[in-house]
Amino acid sequence: MNIVICIKYVPDAQADLTFSESDNTTDRLGVEGLLSELDEYAIEAGLKLVEGAVGPDGAASTVTVLTVGPDRAADAIKKALQMGANAGVHVNDEAIHGSDAVATSLILAQAIKKIGIPDLVLTGMASTDGAMGVVPAMLAERLGLPQVTLASEVTVEGETVTIRRDGDLASETITASLPALVSVTDQINEPRYPSFKGIMAAKKKPVETWSLADLGVDAALVGLGAAWTTVESFAKRPPRVKGQIVTDEGEGGTRLAEFLTAQKFA
Amino acid sequence: MTPVPVGPLELLGIDHLLSDEERAVQQSVRRLVDDSIRPRIAQWYEDGTFPAEMALTFGRLGLLGMHLEGYGCAGMSAVAYGLACLELEAGDTGARSFVSVQGSLAMFAIHRWGSQEQKQQWLPRMAAGELIGCFGLTEPDFGSDPAGMRTRARRDGQDWVLDGTKMWITNGSIADVAVVWAGTDAGIQGFLVPTDNPGFTANKIPGKLSLRASVTSELVLEGVRLPADAVLPGIQSLRGPLSCLDEARFGIVFGALGAARDCLEIALDYSRSREVFNRPIGGYQLTQQKLADMTLELQKGFLLALHLGRLKDAGRLEPRQISLGKLNNAREAMAIARQCRTILGANGITLEYSVLRHANNLESVLTYEGTAEMHTLVIGQALTGLSAFS
Repeated sequence: MNIVICIKYVPDAQADLTFSESDNTTDRLGVEGLLSELDEYAIEAGLKLVEGAVGPDGAASTVTVLTVGPDRAADAIKKALQMGANAGVHVNDEAIHGSDAVATSLILAQAIKKIGIPDLVLTGMASTDGAMGVVPAMLAERLGLPQVTLASEVTVEGETVTIRRDGDLASETITASLPALVSVTDQINEPRYPSFKGIMAAKKKPVETWSLADLGVDAALVGLGAAWTTVESFAKRPPRVKGQIVTDEGEGGTRLAEFLTAQKFA
Repeated sequence: MTPVPVGPLELLGIDHLLSDEERAVQQSVRRLVDDSIRPRIAQWYEDGTFPAEMALTFGRLGLLGMHLEGYGCAGMSAVAYGLACLELEAGDTGARSFVSVQGSLAMFAIHRWGSQEQKQQWLPRMAAGELIGCFGLTEPDFGSDPAGMRTRARRDGQDWVLDGTKMWITNGSIADVAVVWAGTDAGIQGFLVPTDNPGFTANKIPGKLSLRASVTSELVLEGVRLPADAVLPGIQSLRGPLSCLDEARFGIVFGALGAARDCLEIALDYSRSREVFNRPIGGYQLTQQKLADMTLELQKGFLLALHLGRLKDAGRLEPRQISLGKLNNAREAMAIARQCRTILGANGITLEYSVLRHANNLESVLTYEGTAEMHTLVIGQALTGLSAFS
């Protein structure tokens, strides 16, 4: 089974995040970056699917990770290779800067075609920076693949992928024929962290770097200029306000429930 | 606007001195400590135990014998090993001690001085954590002067017969194999003793007030009969065990700082949230003086450790340089742990916080793998050319 996993290099959510003064895009230079945590679930799911799975023809499985991003996005690929992916593809081109989800999905689709349509394309549920969660659907549409999204469980039997999607009221079981695109939630597994052998082995794994020209993508279709939305302005979030203290006078439980309901936590 | 507080090691930008690979090792060990050690360490400490099954967890990550080549070991650099020790000891000295003894004492002895067959037989399963090793050098009456050891191995036909007592042996009661050093007609030799061998007993040492989350034992050898191939063929002198101790104490140079960093992070966090006279105690000059002084020592200790690690990776590290690192970093780590305890006030004396646990552990660290006194004399000898101890 061959799997391509789309991953993203994002600013560390723990850091003080901001936008670049010059063009109102996410500031990626001033903060530490890392592999989007939500993508770790997709990597873990992919590695689990291929572990021990040998195709009917005895061919080994391959897990390829694919990212679109600046030079430092190579760190995200390296982390995925340390976790156990076999190969990496990095699409890196100055013209990509500021691309929106529409353009990103175009680049990813072209890259996946160049890799060769795999049995399964895996993604996280969203990135931890943009958090739109629309790229999986756009990508499936561009590739003409069935999309089964927000999986809390994924299994492959023969030519069929089956997922479980947990909703607020019910869980759905959805199947699709391969090849297919599956996005996974943060409930699907507990991502592994790289073992020392994984860290050492990653140094020898192949990583290809492609430009837009390599993919035959017109630079005018991507980047900040082609984005369907623009950030007009931004402002610092207001300072955190002091917490509200409720003194329990017998109705503490009720007050707590009211608070949680009002905040839509329950 | 108040600037975002910075961690004590981040202040110096130490991340920039490490390679990607070294940072990856550090992150993986930190995750293991967060997942598998922190949630359970207080209970282990209170119970006076360290679960043997942690060996498998360590083995899966690749921690056991991580700096050795081949035989299922990861073959990583000395600096990577040091960073792993630092992160483990931030969890607890007991965890780091387990890994030190397995990798740097027991496995290193076999890797460095063992035969091809011995390496094949023991190392892969020890690297995986399926077999646990311990290291018997110290005796009840011989600590800093191991040459005086009374444990003897005598030939009986092709066999060897061992008699003697070893003391303060980490993992002794949970080990599958003991590397035991004994006097022979040829000098001091190492023996691989399966712990189910008749005549071998390991007694857990009770009542420890330090290093409680670690199994410490007395080994008793009474007519332990071993086949001819149980002896490590590569060495017949005290240089054998001393070479292993150099490995382990190199790990301590980093490890002790892990305990200190954990204390300092706890104290920093506490000082920002705990209020006295309606202000966080971290806002008082007395507390800031403590925090700044401790941060200086932590950073200096880290730079020293990193320097020694780079020397080791270049094959240029001398034993007496390890003495510098072990003496300084164990001593300063203990001072930091105790000072942090004062910042936490009464809360600092409980197991709810790690500071007194670390401070108590560091009492052992100050003494084992060469006492602070011995390392001081090694440095004194290096400076004067005069030995104060032999």
